[in-house]
Amino acid sequence: MASHLPPRPTAQQSQAEAGGMASDEHHHGPRGLMRWLLTTNHKEIGTLYLIFSLSMFFIGGIFAMVVRAELFQPGLQLVQPEFFNQMTTMHGLIMVFGAVMPAFVGLANWMVPLQIGAPDMALPRLNNFSFWLLPVAFALLLSTLVMPGGAPNFGWTFYAPLSTTYAPPSTTFFIFSLHLAGISSILGAINIIATILNLRTPGMRMMDMSLFVWTWLITAFLLIAVMPVLAGVITMMLLDINFGTSFFNAAGGGDPVLFQHLFWFFGHPEVYIMILPAFGIVSVIIPTFARKRLFGYASMVYATASIAILSFLVWAHHMFVVGLPLVAELFFMYSTMLIAVPTGVKVFNWITTLFRGSLTFEPPMLFALAFVVLFTIGGFSGLMLAISPADFQYHDTYFVVAHFHYVLVPGAVFAIMAGVYYWLPKWTGHYPHTRLSQWHFWLSVIGVNLTFFPMHFAGLAGMPRRIPDYALQFADFNMITSIGAFMFGISQLLFVAVVVLCVRGGEKAPAKAWDGAEDLEWTIPSPAPLHTFETPPHFEPHRH
Amino acid sequence: MRLVWTAGLVACSGLSESVLANGWNMPVGVTDVSREIHSLHMTIFWICVVIGVVVFGAMFYSLFRYRRSRGAKAANFHEHTTVEVIWTLIPILILVAMAIPATATLKTMYDASEADLDVMVTGQQWRWRYSYLGEDVAFTSNLATSRSQVSGESAKDENYLLEVDEPLVLPVDRKVRLLMTSDDVIHSWWVPDLAVKQDAVPGFVNENWVRINEPGIYRGQCAELCGRDHAFMPVVVKAVEPERFDDWLAERKETASQAALGVDREWELDELMERGEQVYGTICASCHQPDGSGSPPAFPALAGNQAILEDPDYHIDTVVNGVSGSAMPAFRSTLNAVELAAVITYERNAWGNETGEAIQPADIAELLDAQ
Amino acid sequence: MARQGIQDARKGVRRTVARTLVALAGMFVFAFALVPLYDVFCQVTGLNGKTSNQAQALAHEGADQDRVVTMQIITRGSPGLPWSLEAHTRQIRVHPGQSAEVHFTFENLGDEASVARAVPSVSPSEASLHLRKLACFCFQNQRLASGERFEAPLVFQLTRDLPDDIKTVTLVYTLYRQDAAPSRKSGTQARGGDA
Repeated sequence: MASHLPPRPTAQQSQAEAGGMASDEHHHGPRGLMRWLLTTNHKEIGTLYLIFSLSMFFIGGIFAMVVRAELFQPGLQLVQPEFFNQMTTMHGLIMVFGAVMPAFVGLANWMVPLQIGAPDMALPRLNNFSFWLLPVAFALLLSTLVMPGGAPNFGWTFYAPLSTTYAPPSTTFFIFSLHLAGISSILGAINIIATILNLRTPGMRMMDMSLFVWTWLITAFLLIAVMPVLAGVITMMLLDINFGTSFFNAAGGGDPVLFQHLFWFFGHPEVYIMILPAFGIVSVIIPTFARKRLFGYASMVYATASIAILSFLVWAHHMFVVGLPLVAELFFMYSTMLIAVPTGVKVFNWITTLFRGSLTFEPPMLFALAFVVLFTIGGFSGLMLAISPADFQYHDTYFVVAHFHYVLVPGAVFAIMAGVYYWLPKWTGHYPHTRLSQWHFWLSVIGVNLTFFPMHFAGLAGMPRRIPDYALQFADFNMITSIGAFMFGISQLLFVAVVVLCVRGGEKAPAKAWDGAEDLEWTIPSPAPLHTFETPPHFEPHRH
Repeated sequence: MRLVWTAGLVACSGLSESVLANGWNMPVGVTDVSREIHSLHMTIFWICVVIGVVVFGAMFYSLFRYRRSRGAKAANFHEHTTVEVIWTLIPILILVAMAIPATATLKTMYDASEADLDVMVTGQQWRWRYSYLGEDVAFTSNLATSRSQVSGESAKDENYLLEVDEPLVLPVDRKVRLLMTSDDVIHSWWVPDLAVKQDAVPGFVNENWVRINEPGIYRGQCAELCGRDHAFMPVVVKAVEPERFDDWLAERKETASQAALGVDREWELDELMERGEQVYGTICASCHQPDGSGSPPAFPALAGNQAILEDPDYHIDTVVNGVSGSAMPAFRSTLNAVELAAVITYERNAWGNETGEAIQPADIAELLDAQ
Repeated sequence: MARQGIQDARKGVRRTVARTLVALAGMFVFAFALVPLYDVFCQVTGLNGKTSNQAQALAHEGADQDRVVTMQIITRGSPGLPWSLEAHTRQIRVHPGQSAEVHFTFENLGDEASVARAVPSVSPSEASLHLRKLACFCFQNQRLASGERFEAPLVFQLTRDLPDDIKTVTLVYTLYRQDAAPSRKSGTQARGGDA
């Protein structure tokens, strides 16, 4: 999402390079395409991740537009059910694994070293490798669309046996591509952990780190814990499909429900992998534009950690109607409700940070504030879904679709956009165009709510999810949703325009682009030179 | 204070029942459980609304009051242990208050007392099969909406996609135990008005129960993605007075034996074709298409399919016993001998297949009752 | 001083990477270990309603004459297997603690020999903890020649510690084919596609 032309190193920095951690970088090395292919610089890799993520965001977005166009009115008009199912599946997979996760990894690549005063990531070559796995993985995944039998059509949750015994032949490729994406995430997580734990500038203790760094550290641990479980599950699927085992096949003594337990043991922490870094970004942006220190820094850290730990104890709330005994229903209902406590603490802290601040509403702040409001709405519907008896009515309806889109779109995606607007001056040396950014913001906010709010009603009124055609009483809600979706989709072109314009020029930004910003990245020039903090910066440890 | 608050909530949820009980909200439903769930849903909803008003109120007050453009200067506080402890404890109390009624409702839903009637519900791509245990009555329930309505060639009915050829008939005021399972992938049987949603898992049985308070027709859908026609396998429950239910059951047994009549006689080709076309239209056309063209590779074409045309036994075997690991179910228990013979004959003679062969119900019957 | 710091950092990075790799390997193994753990967990808690896959001994306890539990027996086939399975008794009322016997008939209606197994499932799932099978055909595969019939008993006991609120126990047997279907059939399935 950032610069096409990476910031050039200054002569001084090139000379000062000797002995730095990032000594793999060769300035007289390859140019053009090869240079991007072989780069080990955290800023360039961060940029690559962000550009990749933005492309995937648009591809996944196009799939969503196909879905919404078909659902514009009852009846089948544009696509057949087989293709519709491929679209919903690919939309989910691409958005989760291709757009949201790589965007956060991209932001981490750019900003974690800058915020902890490190010269680069701890493992620069590994960093390059983990990025280049992604285009391979997703090219493979997208290629399944043209395979005989079509792309995966069993939903992004790929429940067995629909995804094993009854799956299209392309499923093996889907498994392989998910393996590659998983390895990429794992390597990225190792790198981030190694960087944060070992490369902090002298004097920076853990409790001095910015919340973006903290949330990413916790996220990286979650990734290490659950990505291997995903790898295990899809390996079992692979064995069931191609080697005649029966992990998930009742005929051979297996259990399809086991698949769901394993999947959600990965899947629920995965949901937090997509939201914790968003918490971090918002916790950095709100104090900046409130010109006031973040309220309750320590409790923010503890809340994040408790959300991460609780995320391992709630997986079966996705399975309330699968036939669990009463005790299990009660346990998972209570543990899920508990998550509302640390999440609530976070929201209260953000609002108290605003209280008695000195607020301005630049584009990053607008997105961060919309995040707080709309994510909280998603949290409310999450609390309702946690109530197991009521979930018997909500489960697998558009109410659930509304819920997780509220936490993922105006949640995770808005936080990513807030982060991009916040750090664009650092990346490019220019402020994003204010008027255009405001248009982007307001059209997105209106579009998002128009899209996802009516889904609550459709779901409560009884519309199941993942259907290409629906009964007539859901027609009005769906039409509004589709109009909102087109509006939201088109307004994202403005985002591309803002980013491109910002890379090319615009109002010059000083080193400290936002007057309330406090972290270390604002002590280096804008745009950030290619090499930074080759000698550890001076750090005053009292800021948090 | 707390009392006032609770009273307010109760008043709100009472109000909501009249205002929101339309196509915008969860239906109140026609069972005690569905009512309980609905009131639980409304209670939690209003609690969320109240929290939302307080939280967003504080937020928007700050956004308005402390703008720099209005000359706000930032204060310098950044922690306050007491406040933080309070806003950790209050949500816990609210959650406990929510958990108590939720636990009670859940216990009611898991009540295992003896049922008056047991019905086995089997999901199959893409229809439901109901069998009344101990009554020798079993039938499948298929989507009744015509393909032309789906494609937009004809106007859509009021109950578009929510109508079936034969609904599940249940008595009111009787506890009915529903046993769920599946023949192929996971399905989920859901009727919002009954507040029953339960996954049907292949190879495993789940159970749920319902006691309907009012006669009527209640519609729902499959709730778990089960492949191509997931949107086209509705559930329709017709609740009737117990006496009418007994009559219906007796009548249904009679019809079943009537339908099986004529197994012994020789059938004309035309007769079989006519019957077969009906069966094909309700059961087979959704996958193999009305014109027999199928949608390969998952659903082979039947028109011009040499494999079945050359080998009638293979054709019969496939229809009667199904194909394992594919979407082709075994129809031995779903269709009677006459229907099987008719549909196979139809497939062997329609769309230019023209084998001229009539498969006789008697031969199929022999195959089915070889024991 | 700075050089010292870099050396320390490098050592630290190596240590961190080594630890995370161990954690990764551990989690990957754990994912597979969850499969048998799940089975054990299900056996202990009755989570998925599966019954034991080997014969159990009779629990010697007198029948609880005050309680009667209805045992329903349901048999089902599955696609691709031309067999029938019939229970001679579809419903039986038993006292907890008492042992009972039900007979089943398998028959291969197809024109080839095939191998199948009856896979049991119990509802409510908690009841599977209290259902002891002293003899059952479901412990092994059955092989039947074309037209062959086979009769087999199920001897079971619902133990006295069956929770009081369980009044009906449903035992479902689903027949699943265990040998690969003759190749012609899967072959023609694909051949039919391009016909």
